[in-house]
Parts: sequence; structure tokens; C-alpha cells
Amino acid sequence: MSESTPTVQFLTVEGEFAPSGPAEEYASYLEGLTSEDLRAFYRHMVVIRRFDHEGTNLQRQGQMALWVPSHGQEAAQVGSASAAKPQDHVFPSYREHAVGLVRGIDVLSIVELLRGNTHGGWDPTDPTNGNFHGYTLVIGSHTLHATGYAMGLQRDGVVGTGDPEVDTAVISYFGDGATSQGDVSEAFVFSASSQTPNVFFLQNNQWAISVPVRVQSRTPLYLRSRGFGIPSVQIDGNDVLASFAVTAKHLDAARGGEGPQFIEALTYRIGAHTSSDDPTKYADPEEHAHWVARDPILRFEKYLRSLGEGDDFFAEVATEAEDFAADIRHRTLALTPPSPAIMFDNVYSEPHPVMQEQKLWLERYEASFEEEKA
Amino acid sequence: MSPIETPATVTSPDAPAAAAAATGVPASRVEELPMAKALNAGLRQALADDPKVLLMGEDIGPLGGVFRVTEGLQAEFGKDRVVDTPLAESGIIGTAIGLAMRGYRPVCEIQFDGFIYPGFDQITSQLAKLTNRGGGAFSMPVVIRVPYGGHIGAVEHHQESPEAYFAHTAGLRVVSPSTPNDAYWMIQEAIASNDPVMFFEPKSRYWPKGPVDFAGTAAPLHASRVVRTGTDVTLLAHGAMVSVLLQAAEIAAEEGISAEVVDLRSLSPVDYRPILDSVAKTGRLVVAQEAPGFVSLGSEIAATVAERAFYSLQAPVLRVSGFDTPFPPAKLETLYLPDADRVMEAVDRAMAY
Repeated sequence: MSESTPTVQFLTVEGEFAPSGPAEEYASYLEGLTSEDLRAFYRHMVVIRRFDHEGTNLQRQGQMALWVPSHGQEAAQVGSASAAKPQDHVFPSYREHAVGLVRGIDVLSIVELLRGNTHGGWDPTDPTNGNFHGYTLVIGSHTLHATGYAMGLQRDGVVGTGDPEVDTAVISYFGDGATSQGDVSEAFVFSASSQTPNVFFLQNNQWAISVPVRVQSRTPLYLRSRGFGIPSVQIDGNDVLASFAVTAKHLDAARGGEGPQFIEALTYRIGAHTSSDDPTKYADPEEHAHWVARDPILRFEKYLRSLGEGDDFFAEVATEAEDFAADIRHRTLALTPPSPAIMFDNVYSEPHPVMQEQKLWLERYEASFEEEKA
Repeated sequence: MSPIETPATVTSPDAPAAAAAATGVPASRVEELPMAKALNAGLRQALADDPKVLLMGEDIGPLGGVFRVTEGLQAEFGKDRVVDTPLAESGIIGTAIGLAMRGYRPVCEIQFDGFIYPGFDQITSQLAKLTNRGGGAFSMPVVIRVPYGGHIGAVEHHQESPEAYFAHTAGLRVVSPSTPNDAYWMIQEAIASNDPVMFFEPKSRYWPKGPVDFAGTAAPLHASRVVRTGTDVTLLAHGAMVSVLLQAAEIAAEEGISAEVVDLRSLSPVDYRPILDSVAKTGRLVVAQEAPGFVSLGSEIAATVAERAFYSLQAPVLRVSGFDTPFPPAKLETLYLPDADRVMEAVDRAMAY
């Protein structure tokens, strides 16, 4: 990056620690990172890439109707997710597999969702799931839920108290296509209006399925929020250190009562939009090659090696990733179809006569075939 | 299909008052109020009862809403609990969902029926489905108040009856009061429900006064109710159309036809037991609504009654609806909206079988 870049970057493409100008104000957020933290960044990135690869394989083998690849976006996700505190809440879109992993969900739930076993998969109210809310497939809708959640935090008095164990923020993830959705603009309006503790984290992966980001916006997307009165910053989303430091600082600001924050992480969707997509019909091979050369994992590996990390560590992580994928495969193949009862049981929270009636009817109807056999 | 399990049904229009009289509660607890003020009282009570209840909407603060339903509530409960929101319906519903996830019980006001569509996605794809998507892990106790319907001479988008869209959507409950007393009690029951409730307020009934029994008890939210007994034909409607049916029943009586009138009250789920019982008695059913008839609540009820009460029927179930046109310019609304004469035209046809 040139010196005049607006982009926060700590690691060059070659893995050298060389902060860009705008990175200076974030450098202090790296000081607390231990070598174990750095190894965890790497481990999470490698494991989720292997998981993602396994997801694609399982889809191709008919185990899922659909897979949503996250390949290429690991640094943006692992860095930002690692910056969130346990009490923070996370509202993902549907490609945030690495964020879910860092927050502690069993990512087999993502397989179950895309296999058609569930519409959700993990319980966001279960503390072991790291306040990682459900995937939202309607683009941008969840940015409003994140904003409303943050309005609730304000009313609960857990914003701006100065107590680092109490103050809480909400981070929501969305893509470049989502910035065109009215709901995202409305989330900016409501969040700015109430000065809610929201961090809006945009992963600009350059493509909304087949449509390039220049169709969504004629100006850099990090400028989008400023007209709403929300400060913003652009980062190299393939630099896990930039993603961590910048998110940490802006989450701090949000928790401290400084109002909403906006981060644009420049990254690239190396894989397809989904397993149903065909990027050969629209992707630019030169652009693809450019971004492959900026791979977030290779870059970070070079950096760790420059710090003295040796082959043993990388081999250990590779093995861990293989084991992780094997476990996912094993458990996917063991999945059983959902009970028909789930169609009816959770449509309402309170008893509902139509649900009760139709559930009973289906049970009797299905049982009638058993009687015929007998 | 097995018979529908229905909630307990209230058969007397004056049940709360009667209950009050029976328990010796002083008559002073019954006040004559317009529906707008009854709703205001119900919202005030809900805010006072539960600190998690909050109101959200456009102009609901110092102005008290364009219909003044929230008048005085912001002054009483503060800006954090009676929230003047930015002017964006999707934003109102979407942030209410987030607040509900945090344990709040938001009550959203949509300013007019025809302005609900910018919030349609958040209502149908998010609010209605989130409990199901989450496998029942969390509830969505959100109420959406919608002033709806005609008879007020207003411009386009201000007189519509969009309730069928929401009754068609699984995960929502849909109700509509027809009297000030029901409005007072039903809004509190809707707020207490752990499910999302679409609350359709018949805006032409905001101003006529009726008794509100503050010492009474609430009828079940999803119970339909016989409000006039009769033997020859059953008339069924919700919201403002109930008063039209009562007028028609008077006319019918003058013609020697005894009409029973049922106030639907709950549009989803529908409490069919009183309707089927009434049809078993009268053999005839006329369903009236302001909404266009095509793919409407009236159509659904007509089909269900035909399925379940076929041998009771002496005439086809007839629908009296708005035309299948956009709501017309206000100078034509009296031609568009069913009145007592249009209801009687259908009653006469039903009686001719």
C-alpha cells in the first residue's frame, strides 16, 4: 500500500510488519497480544478454511443442498471476532463460519442448517454459544436487529459505565451487496439517532454473487456511513492484525458510549458465492490471481515464521485441521432427519390451536400408512 | 381434520360488565370512552405493569400519535419507553425485534395501514419466523398496532384493510377490537402475549364512545363473540364492520328476519366454535369485511364453514366485501365500503334459498 492509502494495514502482503500511516493509532491494540494469541489467530484461520473445504466436499457428495464458502475471508472474520469480549453480541450474515468458531458454536450446526435439518441450528441464548446470533439469509435484515439489541443494552445500563466487565457492544457482519439494502441504511439512521453501541463490520469481498462492488457504489464503501454521522475506517481485511486492532478499538468506543462505528474490511471471496454459483461466468481471472496472492493465511504464516515459529507448529495445526474436518464429516454422515414435530412446535411460543390440530392430523395421516402395511 | 380446539368463548357482549355487577364492583369503574382513549388507558396500564414494555413509532411522543392514542404517555413514562423513532417502518419493526431479543416487549405504532408495507419484510420474514428459526429458544413478544380501514375520507394509503396479508403469515397472531372495552383489554392481552401480535385498530371507531369496564376481566384474546343473538342468519365481521352488521340486524328485524351477529375479534387464529355453533342454529352465514374479497379473511372463513358445517347450511356462505380494486378516492368510499344495505342485499339472497 502507498503511504497515502486510507487503509489500515499492519502486515504487508509478504508478511512483514510495516504499519501503514492510518494504522498508527491502532498499534497500541496489538501490544497486549501474546504469542499464544497469534497462534490462535492462525489456528482458527486454518481450521475454518479446512472446515469450509470439507463443507464444499460434503455438498458435492450430496450431503447438503447448498454450501456457502468462506474461503479468503478468514482474517477479516478471525481478527474481528477475536477482538470482541465475551459479553459482546454478534449478529452474523451467513458466511461468518470463522466468527462462529471463534465465539464457540459447534460449526456442525452450519452443516445442519445448509443440509436442511434446521432453519437455525444453534441457540444464541445458550451462553456456550458466545452470544453468536442466528444466520440471517435476507440480506441486511439483521443489521436492524443488531441496532435494536444495542438499544436494549442502553436501556439495561451496560453501556458507558466505565466498567470493562459490564460495558457491552454489538457487532454485526454484512457484505458489499448488503450496503445497497434499505435496512442497512435504516440501521445506520436508527443507530446514529440513538447513539447505540454498534460496530457495523462490512466485509467487502468485491462481489455480490455475480455483480461487482462498483455496481453497488460509486464511492468507497467506508465513506458510506459518514453521511449518517457514523465514523468509519477502511482496513486490509486480509490482515488479521488490522482486523483485530481496528475492531478492538471501535468496540471499545461503542462500549464506552461513543455511539456507532463502521469498519470496511477489504477482502475477496476466493470461492463461489455458494455451491450453486459459477464464478467462471463473471469473475476476472487476473483479479482472482491478484487476491490469491494476498491470501490471509499465507501472509500470516510468513509473519509467524519471521517471529520464529517453526515447522512443528504449522504441521500441528495442519493435523488439527484435518482432524476437525474428519470429525465434521463423521458427524455429518451420522445426522438423522429432523422430527416432523419441529414443523409445528416452535412456530409460536404459546399454544396455538391450528398448530396443534395440523400436527395431530399429520401424525394420524402418517400412521394410517403404517396401519395399511400391518 | 379433527374438530378445532377453540379457546373459551364469550357469548355475551356485556360479559365484563355483567361480571363486574355480579361481584359488586362499583359502577363508577365503568366509563364511557372513545376507543382511542380506551387504547391510551390500556397502553398506560401495560407500561405501568411491566418495565420491559415500551412504545415505538412515528410522532407518538409529544404529539401523542396522529390519532392521539399515545397522548401523554411519553411525558409520563419518559423518552426511553415511549420512543419517537426515525421515519422508517422497516427500521421500527427491525429494531423492535432486536429489543425483543434483549428481553423487551415493544409495541410499535404504524401510522396508517398503507404505510405498513415498508416494514413487511421485517414482519413476515423476520418477526414471524424468528421463534421458529431459533428452534423455540426465544420468543418475539412484539405488538404492531395498525390503524386501519375506511370511513374517514382520507387520501390514498390511509384507508386500507391489509389484515389478510398478516393472517396468511404463520407465526403472527392477528386481532382487531370493535369496541372501546375490547380495545382496552385486548391491547393489554396482546402485549402480554409472548408471540407477535398484529393489532388492527378500526380507525373509524376511534371516536364513538362506549363503556369501558376497568374493573372487569379480559375475554380471551382469541375468542370470537356473539354480540346479538338471532335464529335465521349469522352475520360475521371484525373491527368497524361489526357496527355495520348491528345496523343491518336492526333492518333485518324490521323485515322479520332474526340475525345473529358474531364479532370475530381474532383473525388468526380464528375461533370457529361460536361461528359453527351459530351456523348450526341459523343455517346461513354472511361474512362482511372492508377488505377486497379476493383471497380474504371472509374467503377463508367461508371455505372452512363450508367444509365443517356443510349439512347445517341452507344457503351458500356469502361474502360482502370491498371491491377488488385499490381503495378508491374518498368521495367514492361509501360506494366501495359495504354498508348495512349491502349486507342486507346478501342477507336477502341467503334467505331466498
